[in-house]
Amino acid sequence: MLDEKSRWTPYWQAAPLAIVFLVFFVLPLAITFMVSFWTYTGYSIEPALVGDNYASAFDKCIDSLPDLCTTFRTYLSTLKFCLMVWLITLVLGFTIAYYLVFEIKSPTTRIVLALLTTIPFWTSNVIRMISWIPLLGRNGLVNQALMGAGITHEPVDWLLYSSFSVTLSLVHINTVFMIVPILNSMSRIDKSLIEAAYDNGASAWQTIWNVIVPLSKTGIAIGSIFVITVVMGDFISIGLMGGQQIASAGKVIETQITALQFPIAAANAIVLLAAVLMIIWTLLRFVDIRKEL
Amino acid sequence: MKKTDNGGMSRRTLLKGSAITAGFIGTQVVTGFPAVHADEPITLRYLSTATNQSPAIAAKAKEITGINIEYVTVTTDDVTKRIITQPDSFDLVDTEYFSLRNLIPSGNLMGIDAKKVKLVDKLATAMTKGEVDGKKIGDQGTAPHKVFYLEKQRGKEFAKEPTEWITLIPTTYNADTLGIRPDLIKRPIESWAELLNPEFKGKAAILNIPSIGIMDAAMVNEAMGKVQYGDKGNMTKEEIDKTIATLIEAKKAGQFRAFWTDFNESVNLMASGETVIQSMWSPAVTAVRLKGIPCTFQPLKEGYRAWASGFGLPKTLKGKKLDAAYEFINWFLSGWAGAYLNRQGYYAAVLETAKENMQPYEWAFWMEGKPAEKDIMGPDGGLLEKAGTVRDGGSYNTRMGAVACWNSIMDENAYMIQKWNEFIAA
Repeated sequence: MLDEKSRWTPYWQAAPLAIVFLVFFVLPLAITFMVSFWTYTGYSIEPALVGDNYASAFDKCIDSLPDLCTTFRTYLSTLKFCLMVWLITLVLGFTIAYYLVFEIKSPTTRIVLALLTTIPFWTSNVIRMISWIPLLGRNGLVNQALMGAGITHEPVDWLLYSSFSVTLSLVHINTVFMIVPILNSMSRIDKSLIEAAYDNGASAWQTIWNVIVPLSKTGIAIGSIFVITVVMGDFISIGLMGGQQIASAGKVIETQITALQFPIAAANAIVLLAAVLMIIWTLLRFVDIRKEL
Repeated sequence: MKKTDNGGMSRRTLLKGSAITAGFIGTQVVTGFPAVHADEPITLRYLSTATNQSPAIAAKAKEITGINIEYVTVTTDDVTKRIITQPDSFDLVDTEYFSLRNLIPSGNLMGIDAKKVKLVDKLATAMTKGEVDGKKIGDQGTAPHKVFYLEKQRGKEFAKEPTEWITLIPTTYNADTLGIRPDLIKRPIESWAELLNPEFKGKAAILNIPSIGIMDAAMVNEAMGKVQYGDKGNMTKEEIDKTIATLIEAKKAGQFRAFWTDFNESVNLMASGETVIQSMWSPAVTAVRLKGIPCTFQPLKEGYRAWASGFGLPKTLKGKKLDAAYEFINWFLSGWAGAYLNRQGYYAAVLETAKENMQPYEWAFWMEGKPAEKDIMGPDGGLLEKAGTVRDGGSYNTRMGAVACWNSIMDENAYMIQKWNEFIAA
């Protein structure tokens, strides 16, 4: 009787979360996958099992090589942002976390400073982006300052609605996702390991590279997953800061949804999901998160 | 601007077909009210974009008819999406005629009974016949008169001849053109071709709503003599290819500063001087001017791209709510609302009654293209134009008479969307 009961207890305990996952994650995903094989008109979608949507997602992709087709070009551009933003947020996140954990001695100061890094995140994503516009625009503050200082005579155009402004705003939005997990990993590093490294004659760089980085790997991996998934799926930042002129996988999907072409949008969503999963799978080759946690 | 309903498309679409849901809600409306509450004011959920809504009209309607108007505000594309996926989430919709090619086959709207609309014979001929002042106007695209009538009330086919079943009762319509900053351009602009003139490199914008942007692009292509269209509102694949090719070429050459998708973005681009020439909507031009910045809604020799929207009724509307919807529509056409819309720079569906509700000098300015005798106030009472100014583009007959094409949904819509995405990615 008691045995019987305890055998089922873990299942009951896991059930609420499992149900939430099932209803709000697995089910919608399964439906998206299913709909990606349906056919559509401007006003209806019909159950079917056709690969047309995938075919048109990759329309002319093989034929037009070596020129890139729309989908490849879009993903290449998105991947480029992903890489840039990932590198910058990684360096920033690692440096900030390192400073907070190893340079700040008082725990109170550390907590206060850690909280400070989250302040920009108290306002909405969109507001944070829009606030760059008066700063970077053709008649914006930066251009006024540059011209006032006599550095340029003509306003600099590439500050806004460019790859630069997109990268800037994505870094601005995503750095905190890197800081927090790295901070978490680093603060669990046993300080005596670092002392031991110094005692054995390691330089500061050697200590960072051979002790701190390997022990922060989990945090770096988790932070990277956050940043990469957000950037891959982003279309609002790329749209607003890129002046809608820069394509993103998310924007393609959005355009198709507004045109009521749900099945092809679903197919593109599945393609995007596959791309993101491949990146994360590669990442997990290097770090076994499960083991480290 | 942020769309909140992107997640559950497929779920909703599944629900959509469920006649059970529809039937259930329908029954509730009829029998759900206990008799004692029969005199309670009726609330109509009014679905449309923000531009078609105004608290003043809702307040006046409440005062005169006793009907509560509850605005449901979404973007143009989402109005269509709602009608198709959630036809029970509104009682009255104000939507664009060009969407009808998708809405009517879905069967979610019902024909409006012409006999119950008092001023049905007074509706502007620009809407009902495609004529202004007795002369035919541009007919390319989804001109309202092509989709005005249904074969039967619950029909899915448009009627060629007038019938007693109307798809949408017009609310507002207008003629769109390019907006320019005359103070920065400093020379006359007369043609759509100027949008891609290298003189404005990095200072031009086009709107990123594919179905409308492609029409602006077509006006430009035709003006440049690059493409001759059979029907700009219903292009062949080859015409779409050529149109997009011109856009891609211009984009690669750095012609565009940005693309915009919503009203406010277009205002900001123009007001900040990021762009000096771009696709624009009439109230956006007014908004720039209200900031004290010169902006002209420039009439061009090739004509205007027109649009029109109107009231539609969901197929499940019954009983008191249905009666209230007709009462509201009749009130809307009776003049007060029409005058209000005319003062915003739009055009009212019934011109005679709107005229009765406007001062003669207002009518002369807005509709006859005459210089303003006195300062022109906006519908909210704010100063819009100083005495002596003339409306951009002139009179109703001149503006609506110069319509070249109408917003539309093409047969090759899916292909066009695909090519448009290619343009954005280029």
